[in-house]
Amino acid sequence: MRTIRFLLQKEFRQIFRNRAILLLIGVMPVMQLLILPLAANYEVKNINLSVVDHDHSGYAQKLVAKVTASGYFKLRGYGASFKEELKKIESDEADLILEIPEGFERNLIREDQQQLFIAVNAINGVKANLGGAYLTSIIKNFNEEIRIELLPPGRFNPGPVIEIIASNWYNPLMEYRFYMVPGILAILVTMIGGFLSALNIVKEKEFGTIEQINVTPIKKHHFILGKLIPFWVLGNIVFSLGLLVAWLIYGIIPIGSLLVLYGFLAVYLLAILGFGLLISTFCDTQQQAMFIMFFFMMVFILMGGLFTSIDSMPDWAKLVSRFNPVSYLIEVMRMVILKGSGWRDIWPQFGIITLFAVVLNAYAVINYKKTN
Amino acid sequence: MESLYAIELRKITKTYGKEKQVAVDEVSFHVNKGELFGLIGPDGAGKTSIFRILTTLLLAEQGEAWVEGFEVRHEYREIRKIAGYMPGKFSLYPDLTVAENLNFFATVFDTTVAENYELIKDIYIQIEPFKDRRAGKLSGGMKQKLALCCALIHRPRVLFLDEPTTGVDPVSRKEFWEMLKKLKMQGITIIVSTPYMDEASLCDRIALIQYGKILSVDTAENMVKNYPEQLYAVKSNQMYLLLKSLRKYPEVLDCYAFGEYAHVAFKNAFEAAPLEAYLRKEGLSEIEMKAVEASIEDCFIKLLKS
Repeated sequence: MRTIRFLLQKEFRQIFRNRAILLLIGVMPVMQLLILPLAANYEVKNINLSVVDHDHSGYAQKLVAKVTASGYFKLRGYGASFKEELKKIESDEADLILEIPEGFERNLIREDQQQLFIAVNAINGVKANLGGAYLTSIIKNFNEEIRIELLPPGRFNPGPVIEIIASNWYNPLMEYRFYMVPGILAILVTMIGGFLSALNIVKEKEFGTIEQINVTPIKKHHFILGKLIPFWVLGNIVFSLGLLVAWLIYGIIPIGSLLVLYGFLAVYLLAILGFGLLISTFCDTQQQAMFIMFFFMMVFILMGGLFTSIDSMPDWAKLVSRFNPVSYLIEVMRMVILKGSGWRDIWPQFGIITLFAVVLNAYAVINYKKTN
Repeated sequence: MESLYAIELRKITKTYGKEKQVAVDEVSFHVNKGELFGLIGPDGAGKTSIFRILTTLLLAEQGEAWVEGFEVRHEYREIRKIAGYMPGKFSLYPDLTVAENLNFFATVFDTTVAENYELIKDIYIQIEPFKDRRAGKLSGGMKQKLALCCALIHRPRVLFLDEPTTGVDPVSRKEFWEMLKKLKMQGITIIVSTPYMDEASLCDRIALIQYGKILSVDTAENMVKNYPEQLYAVKSNQMYLLLKSLRKYPEVLDCYAFGEYAHVAFKNAFEAAPLEAYLRKEGLSEIEMKAVEASIEDCFIKLLKS
């Protein structure tokens, strides 16, 4: 115990003396939580639309007015040649082209049907998808209006129509922030824990101080505990700071119990610190550790269910994300904060993360050899 | 367990990498208790590997070694308690102050600075004015003194110093050896490695090492005394031509550059006049010749060639 106390004293001294780390812990989470949730917004606005109108009829104008009035689209061009407007897509001025054929109004009234053409710039997948979908639904809406207008009352034979009314549970207004903020906080805690622990131990290797430690009677597990405990504490501090920001800025108050949240985090941090430790046992320089950690962090973040839902990934990717500790934290954070889940609801995730903690740390300890 | 020697190695072999490059090749020697022992050889001779094996940082593939009677492979825990190690590269915490580093290493060995202060006093006094300065900000000589203090703080029975004087100015080097002599008087066995041949005479006994092999173990005095031939130092205006000419001279047994002189050994008795005449004929001038005593470096070169 005495040895650990002195090791901890030394670690904390070094941490508090390192201004960069203090800034990293204090400022990074706050800044990221202030900026990222606002930027990571899935709602697509400002879609640049170009209209090719061959008809110039009243209906055509009505349609264009309806589309632009929706607020999602900005009319960037209004011309008579598809070729001309396509150039705008090529130069990235327009995302979508709506082509209204000649005789749009006439054929619509006479023959009861007409076709429109939509060309989508699919370079930005999300924008293209949502833009196309918005436009389609607006046109559909326009179509309904015309039918009512054209068909005299009484003669309009209402076909069987299924109307859908959706209600969003746990996040009634579909506020993106409500599920982005807990997710981003999960990633912040992971990054701080993983990077700091990996780099710290490799730093001892790089400076040769680990040699000096290795010739002393310090035991392997004392040294490792002396490294894990400070970063475990720091992880908790960052997390608390993040919760505070979420509450003060976004008004997010966890519905579930804080005890559950911190209980899960305690084990999760052990797992992620074990991961950092494991990486450090494979590396000799901080540069190596940094790059390896970056590689895993990218995978963890992109496959963690923060930006894209894991359920919509292909089977192999789902399998990969099962080995991604971050995905469990993001899931549990959302469950507890938004839904108010308790111990019983999160125990599968808790069990898995415990397993992660045990396996990663055990592997790291075995791999950390005192003698070569 | 009591043992006869402070350090004993028996046929220690260590290879590195897949190519099995031999760093230490069946090395055997022993260090007596209370001795100041020098391991002398150029860079890459295997000195650091031997130190790392003895300080339990590295496992030898073959052979056995003991430090104060403790076997390095199995009783490494005991060795770590009684050995002090100062690596060639400065490896204390640069972001901790002088006092903090010293205190930390004292506590790690379950002791206090006060308990063994008198052992390090002479050295520590010199760095005490800087005790609140971070170790990383110290000058080279100060760093070295601090490292020595940290290696001594638990009053080790054996002190391992890996190239402590490499890259240190001549005055500090001299001071450092003075310190070692004082420590030796405290009864601490000291094994020190160095690439500087001139430091050999400061050790009680030395081992010359090259390519992982021990060439010779003896006192520096004996080594020099047992040098078989009389050596002559020859100087002229052109070193390269001088060496080339000397090698062609039938009477010359061996010759090599040694500072501004060429050291020459002869097969038979040395005759100055014919040699000088020969060298003049070869186009050399300002010729100077004198008999010299062999140095450790001469011994080393001789051993390398044989």
